[in-house]
Amino acid sequence: MAVSAKAVTGTRSRTRFWRAPLLESLPLRLSVLVICFLWTLPTAGLLITSFRNPELITKTGWWEGLLNAFQPNQWTLQNYANVLAGDNMATAFLNSLIVTIPSTVIPITIAAFAAYAFAWIPFPGRGILFIIVVALLVVPLQMALIPILKIYSGLSLYGTFLGIWLAHTAFGLPLAIFLLYNFMSQLPRDLFESAAIDGASAFQTFIRLVLPLSIPALGAFAIFQFLWVWNDLLVALVFLGPGKEVQVMPTALFNMIGPRGGAWHLLTAGAFLTMIVPLGVFLALQRAFVRGILAGSVK
Amino acid sequence: MALDATQSSASGTYGTPRWVLVASLIGLVFAALGVTVLIDPLGGTNLLASIYEMLGNSAGADLLRNGGGDQFIAKLLIAAIALLVGVGGIWLVFTGASSIVERFPPKLRDRVIPWVFIAPALLLLGVYLVYPAVATVVRSFVDDKGAFSLANWASLGKGEFLEILRNNVIWLVVATGGSVGLGLFVAALFDRIRRESLAKVFIFTPLAISLVGATVIWKFVYAVQPPGLPQFGLLNAIWTAFGNKPVAWATTFPINLPAEMLIMIWLQTGFAMVVLSAAIKGVSVEVLEAARLDGANERQIFFGIIVPLIRGSIVTVTTTIAIATLKIFDIVMSVSGGLNHDNVVAVRMFQEMFQFFNDGRAAALATILFIAVLPVMILNLRNFRRQAAM
Repeated sequence: MAVSAKAVTGTRSRTRFWRAPLLESLPLRLSVLVICFLWTLPTAGLLITSFRNPELITKTGWWEGLLNAFQPNQWTLQNYANVLAGDNMATAFLNSLIVTIPSTVIPITIAAFAAYAFAWIPFPGRGILFIIVVALLVVPLQMALIPILKIYSGLSLYGTFLGIWLAHTAFGLPLAIFLLYNFMSQLPRDLFESAAIDGASAFQTFIRLVLPLSIPALGAFAIFQFLWVWNDLLVALVFLGPGKEVQVMPTALFNMIGPRGGAWHLLTAGAFLTMIVPLGVFLALQRAFVRGILAGSVK
Repeated sequence: MALDATQSSASGTYGTPRWVLVASLIGLVFAALGVTVLIDPLGGTNLLASIYEMLGNSAGADLLRNGGGDQFIAKLLIAAIALLVGVGGIWLVFTGASSIVERFPPKLRDRVIPWVFIAPALLLLGVYLVYPAVATVVRSFVDDKGAFSLANWASLGKGEFLEILRNNVIWLVVATGGSVGLGLFVAALFDRIRRESLAKVFIFTPLAISLVGATVIWKFVYAVQPPGLPQFGLLNAIWTAFGNKPVAWATTFPINLPAEMLIMIWLQTGFAMVVLSAAIKGVSVEVLEAARLDGANERQIFFGIIVPLIRGSIVTVTTTIAIATLKIFDIVMSVSGGLNHDNVVAVRMFQEMFQFFNDGRAAALATILFIAVLPVMILNLRNFRRQAAM
C-alpha cells in the first residue's frame, strides 16, 4: 500500500549503503541459501514422490529415489492418471474453476460500483454505511455459517454453485470495497468534473474512466480473492458439502486424507494437482501477486 | 463531489442508448433461466439430455438420464452456463438498472443512482454478515426451543473446551509470533544480498498453496513407520539416523501442536516477509547514514532504528496473521480433526454443526472468535476515523 510507493524511491541508494559491510560475507550468503533450501524441501519431497513408483514410496525415502534416479521403474505418471480418474480430481478441477471465477469477478464488480459511489457520489448515510463496511472487515466468517446454512436449506441453495458464489462474494466484499475505495478516492477530482461537463452519466463515468484507471487495484484484489477462494476448504465444506458432483479440489484432497492416509502415491499427486493453478497464477503474475498480498494485509 | 447532471443532460449525450437497456433486460431473462438450471443438482444432465432429444439422439439422452453417458460434457455445459450467468448476470443487473434510472427525471435520477450502485453490496453484506452475526450471538444465548438460556456458554467451561481454548491461545501466540519474527528476520537478512528478489520467491511461494495442500506436504514430512521399517518421512529419517525411536509427530500430544503450527508458520512467514521487507526499504537513507556516522553497529541500527520506524507495518502484519491464526481450521481438520488434544475453536464449531448437531454451542464458539477480533475492529475504526478526519 503506502509502503510500496516509498520503497520504489528509497531502494537503490539506501540498500547499497546498508548492505556495504556485509555484501560479500560468506556466512550471510550461506545462511540465505540454507533458509531457501529448507523452505523448499517439503514441497520438493511431495513433488518428487508424486512421480515415484508407488511400490517404492514407502520402502525408501524420496531422497534415495533421487540418488537412484536413473534405475528402471523409478518414475511413473500413473499416480496422476489414477488420482484424476479414481478420486474425482478431474471433476473437482472443473468445479473449482466454476466456483472460483464467478466468486472472483462478482465481488469485484459489486465492490467497484459501491466503492465508486462511496468515493465520488454524495448520498445521505454515506459515512455511517462506510464505517459499517470497515467494521465488517474482520468479522470471522464463522459468525455467518449457522444462519446462512438455515436460509440455504430453506431456499434449497445448499450444495449449489449459486449458493457458494454468493457466500464467497459477500465474504470478500468488505475487503474489496475498502481497497477499491482507498484507490478510487485518490483519483484526481478534475477527471470527474470534466466527465460531467462532457455530459457523461455516472454509469458512463464509471465504465470509461474509473474502471480502466483502477485496474492495478482491481488486479491486486482479483489475485487475492482468486487464491483465497481456490484454496478455501471451510466455506466449500459448509455450503457445497461433500457431494462428489459439486466437490472442489480442497474438499477432494481433504477426503483423500481421511479414509486412506497411507496412499501416499495418490495423496502427493492429488496435492500437487490442487497446487498447479495457484502456483501458475503466482509465477505468471508475481508482481501483482505481491501487490495483492500487500493490499490484502488488512484482512 | 456531485456529478452535475442537470447541466450535462442538456448537452444531449447523457445516458446509455436504448438498445443497451433492451439487451440487458433480455440478458437478465436468460440469466434467470440459467439460475434455474444451476439450482437443480441434475440441471446440467437434464439440459444436455433435452438437447440430445432435440437433435434426435434419444439413446444418448436416455443414457444421461440414467446417470451414464456423456456426464463430462454435461459438466462442461454447466461450467459454461455457470460462468455466463455468474459473470454476465451481475453486469447485466448493473447495466439494466442504470439505464432504467437514467431515464428518470434528473433530480430523482441523481438521488437514486448512488443507491443503484451500492444496493447489491449492501444487500449482500446485510444478508451474509450483519444479520447472521446478530443471529449467531442471539442463538448462543437461547436453547433449542428459543428460550433464553446460558447452557451453551456454561458448557464451554468443561475440560475439553478449556483445552480447545488453551490451544487457540497457544496458536495465537506461537504461530503468529513465529511467522512475524521469522518474517522480520528473513526480510532483514535478504535485504543485504544481491539476488534478494529471487531468494524471496522461495520463501513466499508457499503462500499460493492451500492450507490443505500444505498439510499434506507436511504430513509427508512427519510420516512415521514402526521401528525397524524404513522411515520415508524426512523428519523421522533424520531423527532415527541419530539413534532415536521414530515419533508420530503429527498425532502425538504435545509434539503435534508445534508440528501443526509449523505448517502455518511455513506459510505465513512469506507474507510477513513481503510486507516487512517493503517497510524496511521505506526507511530513509539519511536516518541510517546519521546513525552509522554516530558509530552505531548493525544490531543497534536494526533494533534501535529500523524496528521502531516500521512499527506500523509490524502491527499490521501481526494483526492480520493473528486473525488468520485465530480462525485456523484447515490444518487441524486435515491433520486429525483435533482428535489428539489438539482441537481448536473453528474445528470444534464445525463438528458441533455437522457431527453433534448442536447449533447453540457452535454459535457460542463462533461468538468467542468474534469477541476475540473486537479489539482489532475497534482499532481499524479508530484508524479510519483519524484518516477520514484529516
